[in-house]
Amino acid sequence: MTIEPMPVPLEPSPAAAAAVFELHGVRYLYGGRQTALDGIDLRIERGERVALLGANGSGKSTLLKLLDGIIAPSDGTMRALGRDVAAVADGLDSFRFHREVGLVFQDPDVQLFSATVFDDVAFGPLQLGLAQDEVRACCDEALRQMDIAHLSNRAPFELSGGEKKRAAIASVLSLRPDVLLLDEPTASLDPRTKWVLVNLIRQLGEGGKTLVTATHELEIVPLIAERVVVLGENRRVLADGRPAEILADRDLLIRANLIHEHLHEHGGTSHSHDHDLEHHEAE
Amino acid sequence: MSGRVERDGHVGWLEHTLAGITSSIERAVFTEEHARSRGWLQAVDPRAKLGMFLVVILAASLSSSIVVEVGLYAIILGAAAASRVPFDFFVKRVWLGIPLFAGIVVIPAIFFVPGPRLFDLPLGPIQLAPSIPGLIGAVLFIARVGVSVSLAVLLVLTTPWADLLKSLQTIRVPQLFVLILAMAYRYIFLFLHLANGMFEARKSRLVARTSGSEQRRYISGTIGNLVNRSIKMSNDVYAAMAARGFTGSIRSFQADRMGMADWLSLVGAVAVAVVAVIASRSLA
Repeated sequence: MTIEPMPVPLEPSPAAAAAVFELHGVRYLYGGRQTALDGIDLRIERGERVALLGANGSGKSTLLKLLDGIIAPSDGTMRALGRDVAAVADGLDSFRFHREVGLVFQDPDVQLFSATVFDDVAFGPLQLGLAQDEVRACCDEALRQMDIAHLSNRAPFELSGGEKKRAAIASVLSLRPDVLLLDEPTASLDPRTKWVLVNLIRQLGEGGKTLVTATHELEIVPLIAERVVVLGENRRVLADGRPAEILADRDLLIRANLIHEHLHEHGGTSHSHDHDLEHHEAE
Repeated sequence: MSGRVERDGHVGWLEHTLAGITSSIERAVFTEEHARSRGWLQAVDPRAKLGMFLVVILAASLSSSIVVEVGLYAIILGAAAASRVPFDFFVKRVWLGIPLFAGIVVIPAIFFVPGPRLFDLPLGPIQLAPSIPGLIGAVLFIARVGVSVSLAVLLVLTTPWADLLKSLQTIRVPQLFVLILAMAYRYIFLFLHLANGMFEARKSRLVARTSGSEQRRYISGTIGNLVNRSIKMSNDVYAAMAARGFTGSIRSFQADRMGMADWLSLVGAVAVAVVAVIASRSLA
C-alpha cells in the first residue's frame, strides 16, 4: 500500500501549535464495537514528561497509537502538533509528523523487523529520504545514546530482552523526534536492565523531549514523569496530577487496579494493606 | 520428550519436526560465528565476494576436466583455511549430502552411457556393466557439484546473512524482495519458537490419553492460532513501519564503496576462472 504525502502541508506549522497534543471527547472502538477509549480529554504541552498509568486493557497502548497518528479516533476531536490526527492517520503530512513524533512499541519484536540492528535504526531516516551521510550520523548518535553501538551488526533475534528494548528505542531516536511515546518500556525486564533503561529515559527527558510513557510500574513513575494521567478500567481518565499526589491516593490506585488490597497473617494476627513491597518491608 | 507422552499425544512427529526446523535455523544463526571471525573472506566486501563466487561457479560449470575441478577445489580449501573455517566442519558439511543427491542422479548414466565397460558382472537376469565414459561423466558431475556447493557453503559461512541479502541488490534483485526475504527469515524464527512453546505448554498439561480426532482438532487449532497471531503481528509490524515513515517504497542504506583489496580479490577470482576454463579446453 502506498500513501503519498501531500506536497504542501495544509495544517499550521508545529511551531504555531499551542500544545503538542489536544484531545476532546476522544473515543476509539476496536472493530467498530469494542470500546478501547471512551471520552478522553487531555492536553499535553511541549517538553512535558507524562506517565500514562493504567491497568492491563485500560487503553494505554491505543492512546499512544492515536497520539502517534497511526490510527484515527472513532469519535471526538484530536490534534497533534497542530495537525488533525485523523488526517495524519490517512497519510496527510505523515512523513513530517512521524519525524517529530516517535512511538516505541511494547513488543520490540514488532519494531525490529530488519536483518540487523543497524538496518532497523536506519529504516526511519532512510524512509524520510535523508542523505546517506546524514542517515549514518543519525544512526550512530541513536546507537550511542542507547549504548548499543557494539550491537549494530547483530540480528535482532540474537539480542536479550533489554538489548531489544534499547534497539527499539534507538530505531525511533534515529529520527530525532521532539516527542517520544513509550509503551511499557520496562515491562518484562530484569531489575538491573530496568533501571538502566529508566536512566536512559530520564536523560531523554532532561534533553528537552516531550515524553509520554505508558506503564503500570508505579516505582518508576516519579523518576520518569512530572505529571501522571491515570486511565481507569472504564477506559476514561480517572485522574491527572503530579506523581506525588497520584501515588499517595491509595483509593484512586485501587480503583484503577494499579495496586490491590492484600490480606495476610503476621504472628497470628491478620490485617490488610496495599500490595506494595516498600510498605511490606517497613512493617 | 518422554515416550509415554508421545504415545498419548501422537503429535510427537509434528513437535519433532518443528523442533528440528528451529534447531536447524538456530544452527544456521550459530554459524554466523564463522562469518564474524577475522579471516580473509570475512574481510572482503560481500558484493565482491558474491561476484567472485559466481564467476568461479561459472568456470566450474563450464569445465569438462576433472583435473581442473580438483584444482578449483584445492583453491577453495585454501580460501577456507585462510578464512579460518574449520577444515573438517567445512568438508563434512559439503560432502555428506552430495553423494546422496548428486550420486542418485548420475547412477543411471554410469550404466546407460555407451562405450567400453569397466567390467561385466552377470547377476542373474541383469548384467552389472558400468561404462568408462559413464563413470568419468559421473565423477566430473559430482566434482562440479562439489565445487559449486563448496563455494556456496563457503560464501554463507563467511558472510553474515544480512550482508548476503544486501549484496543481492548488486545483481539487481529488487529491494522489496530483499526486504521480504529478510523479514521472512526474521519472523519465521519467532513463530517457530512460538509454535514450540505452544506444543510444550500442551505437553505440560497433558494428563490423559486423547483421541485421534482431539489431536487433529488440537493441531488445526494451533495452526489457526498461529495464523491469527501472524496476521496480528503483520498488522503491528506494518504500523511500526508506518510510524517510521514507511509509505510503500523501500529505501536501503548504501554500503561503503568497495576498496582496493575487494577489487583485487574480484579480479583474482576472475583470473582463476579464466585460467580454469582455458586449462579445461586445453586438457580436453
